[in-house]
Amino acid sequence: MCLAVPMSVLSVSGDHGRVRSAGVEMDISLALVEDVHPGDYVIVHAGFAIQRLSAEDARETLEIFARLEKSLADDSSR
Amino acid sequence: MIDELELLRDRLASWSGDNLTFMEVCGTHTMAAARSGLHSLLPPKIRLISGPGCPVCVTPVDYLDHALALAKLDGVTIATFGDLMRVPGSVVPGSIDDTSRAAPPSLADARARGADVRIVYSPLDAIALAARYPERHVVFLGVGFETTAPILAASILIARDQELDNFSMLSAAKTIPEAMEALANADDLALNGFLCPGHVSVILGANAYLPLAENHGIPCAIAGFEPLEIMRGVASLVGQVQSREARVDNCYPGAVCPEGNRKARETLYRVFEPADSIWRGLGKIPGSGLALRSEYSVFDASARFDIALPKPVEPKGCRCGEVLRGVLKPEGCGLFGTTCTPEAPRGACMVSSEGSCAAAYHYTTGERR
Repeated sequence: MCLAVPMSVLSVSGDHGRVRSAGVEMDISLALVEDVHPGDYVIVHAGFAIQRLSAEDARETLEIFARLEKSLADDSSR
Repeated sequence: MIDELELLRDRLASWSGDNLTFMEVCGTHTMAAARSGLHSLLPPKIRLISGPGCPVCVTPVDYLDHALALAKLDGVTIATFGDLMRVPGSVVPGSIDDTSRAAPPSLADARARGADVRIVYSPLDAIALAARYPERHVVFLGVGFETTAPILAASILIARDQELDNFSMLSAAKTIPEAMEALANADDLALNGFLCPGHVSVILGANAYLPLAENHGIPCAIAGFEPLEIMRGVASLVGQVQSREARVDNCYPGAVCPEGNRKARETLYRVFEPADSIWRGLGKIPGSGLALRSEYSVFDASARFDIALPKPVEPKGCRCGEVLRGVLKPEGCGLFGTTCTPEAPRGACMVSSEGSCAAAYHYTTGERR
């Protein structure tokens, strides 16, 4: 149930934000977080951002995902 | 990543003290550990058991009965997260479900028989349905822990701002720390540490677990969801046991801070207040539930609709309760893999996307009866 992928914030309008991850874009509510700006990352659950992450904080999780993806790609090309 | 995993695996394998039992209380941890085969990386002396981390699984069967009864009403649309769709309600004694030994009815069955039941990704989708179809009353099934509960609260505030009179929630949200406390006190579980939930901790903050560490002397580690992150959490717990410490180690610092998400908690408690709650497998835990405050009762589906409910009946032979308490492995239940499968589940643990039995069924390579 927990969507653990940090999603990147494309735009903010009041309590609403447009976010993207892995080519998927969606509109979410920012009612439960503060100070979110385009370029930040957010953790999204059931249509709401529940935490803001700086790009630095998001980096490690994104790096783990990138390495996982690469190792899966390497496995399947063998 | 593989290097660090191997390092952690080797470090854990060198543990030569007493057998250790750690419990995770997060359905996503249950699934991540099962799917990645993480348990095979742990030495025999170190066990990671699953506790009541699946909100759907710990919700007693009378909640499903209530949802099924509402689904039968004319003009009612049930909107729900996907993993509630196939959870069985009570078997009615003497009914065809009782005599045919087929799995008892679920929301998916109700939909097949003509009820308006829809899967939504967010309560906001349910609100949009209510706005679009004013002639229908939309009931959202609000089940979840602290990751979801603030979202339920924010949604009710949005529904109020939109002045919707055809939207309500059947709420069964729960809070996790009281359950962890009950488990820490349980005589039959001697837990050596808790692996604390990931996103629940985003909301609660790391400090929420300090009473467990300081008052109960139980090591705690907050972990993310990748196998590597879970292993780091387990390694922290072993390290704490080794140095005879009990603290809260935040191994997910990118997302979890000591204070948590204060705005989310403020929103939550604006709309909900603590109440006693019954957890399947744990019984009543005082203050572990969330009830809608009276000023929001217009959004409370149990207040909006007066329905007679049947006496709840847990399935015969179902041992979900023991699995949720961590005292029984799924394979130890007599129904596992035979009468109870994901296709025909008897209890919630087998069908929920975060259930221990579903995880065991889908991901273990062991023999099935």
